[in-house]
Amino acid sequence: MAELCSLAEAVGELVHDGDSVALEGFTHLIPFAAGHELLRQGRCELELIRMTPDILYDQMIGVGAARKLTFSYAGNPGVGSLHRLRDAVEHGWPRPIGLEEHSHAGMANRYAAGAAHLPFAVMRGYAGTDLASHTNVKPIACPFTGEQLMAVPALRPDVAIVHAQEADREGNVQLWGIPGVQKEAVLAAARSLVTVERVVERLEPRPGGVVIPGWVIDRVAEAPGGSRPSYSLGITDRDNDFYRFWDKLSRDRDEFTAWMEEHVLGNGVASGGGPECRNP
Amino acid sequence: MSGSDPTTTGAAAGGAGIPAGTTGTDASPAPASAGELQTIVAARRLREAQSVFIGVGRPSTAALLARIVHNPRLVLVYESGTIGAKPYHVPLSIGDGELAETADAIVSVPEMFNYWIGTGRIQVAFLGAAQIDPHANLNSTVIGDYEHPRTRLPGAGGAPEIATGCREVVVIAPHSVRTFVKRLDFVTTTGDRTTHVITDLGVLEPDPDTRELVITQIHPGVTPEQVQEATGWELKMADELRVTDPPTEAELEALRELVAR
Repeated sequence: MAELCSLAEAVGELVHDGDSVALEGFTHLIPFAAGHELLRQGRCELELIRMTPDILYDQMIGVGAARKLTFSYAGNPGVGSLHRLRDAVEHGWPRPIGLEEHSHAGMANRYAAGAAHLPFAVMRGYAGTDLASHTNVKPIACPFTGEQLMAVPALRPDVAIVHAQEADREGNVQLWGIPGVQKEAVLAAARSLVTVERVVERLEPRPGGVVIPGWVIDRVAEAPGGSRPSYSLGITDRDNDFYRFWDKLSRDRDEFTAWMEEHVLGNGVASGGGPECRNP
Repeated sequence: MSGSDPTTTGAAAGGAGIPAGTTGTDASPAPASAGELQTIVAARRLREAQSVFIGVGRPSTAALLARIVHNPRLVLVYESGTIGAKPYHVPLSIGDGELAETADAIVSVPEMFNYWIGTGRIQVAFLGAAQIDPHANLNSTVIGDYEHPRTRLPGAGGAPEIATGCREVVVIAPHSVRTFVKRLDFVTTTGDRTTHVITDLGVLEPDPDTRELVITQIHPGVTPEQVQEATGWELKMADELRVTDPPTEAELEALRELVAR
């Protein structure tokens, strides 16, 4: 049963240095507040998993919290590049980062296999591309027809963190709007945290609402505005200006570092400051 | 994010500006810029289409324009899971709130790829890329060596399975030797189902036998020499090279009104 607690407590209890962590949300409901709390608590040596790394992972990679990134599309949606990620890949700043990349279909199927506790998923994909020889996928024949298909390994993150609009006091969660792979990520992970815009007495059914029962979630934490500059449909709007602003700011290492210090790391500090690895 | 050109911005979606010095006392609208014409030509490809899968930027603008001018019943599908989205504004991202609020249905990402794209239910796909080769294969992964890239691009996104799942692929790309290269640094997406490549200079189509791209149409005022100069291989020209119909007043007005919203 999900335990309702503060964001700082939830992150402190669930996430350890070196963990594989999936903070999901496909453009919508990206758990920025939780990601920032990870950085404030100094979590490091993480394997970050996310279909679309977006600005949040650009920030986490830019401060050096990640040893590896597993992803399928690493851009600033509609704007351009993720400059901190590019700096890490192209120049090893602030540290080199390992990459494992897939297509969206591959990542989505990997999460679905993880949620089903199956070892792999089968799909038609990667055919004719150079991706197949640069990532962890293997051809497989259909045992019934012999058709050549592709097998992708299940994703089973140590921790999944997602954001939703509402939870009730029992920790049952409801999200609506673009559902992404949030449910799959929670069910695939060993431990899970859901941050929510608000805790309500009772979940009202919503068109297209996805309900995740509290008994498959470890912690629920209230984090109003916790998806900004992404959005929580019906509650906050996507801050497209911030995505454009980030494209300019993040090009420069010093400007980036100063911005992070002022707006993220020095803000509500939980463990005394910047990201220092406790157990490198 | 289906492999849209990562080097251009969604903000420039309607075209890289109206030619300077053409506004003022003259009541007739400024002539179409190369970018506007590219968007208009792409929109025309959707006249008869039932459904189109689109990434951000110019493809999104073109699909919205097609719904306004040519084909109001056109179903727009975004990889964020929004099926039948009817946004009033050109969205910045493929997951803007307006897409979810106006969609007929919203599905999860696994469902989008497994039930809708992989099955061929979506007719046309609009894709972009940083590099395209003579067989319309696309690169949106790296420039240079994979392990030590000169430029790290965003990666595959949905493109590989969109390009093999949708029945027809239309590539929208800027025409330059940087983009049109003889050999890709990385094959992210195959060109097997590509029917048209729409650029700011003209339209290329694959030869039915060899699958090599042939320039079949050039935009008004563009010369075949110009197209060759902007292409990184010896480009085959169609026997009957057509000139693109200039934009109608209705197309141009609708595009400018759409981008200004």
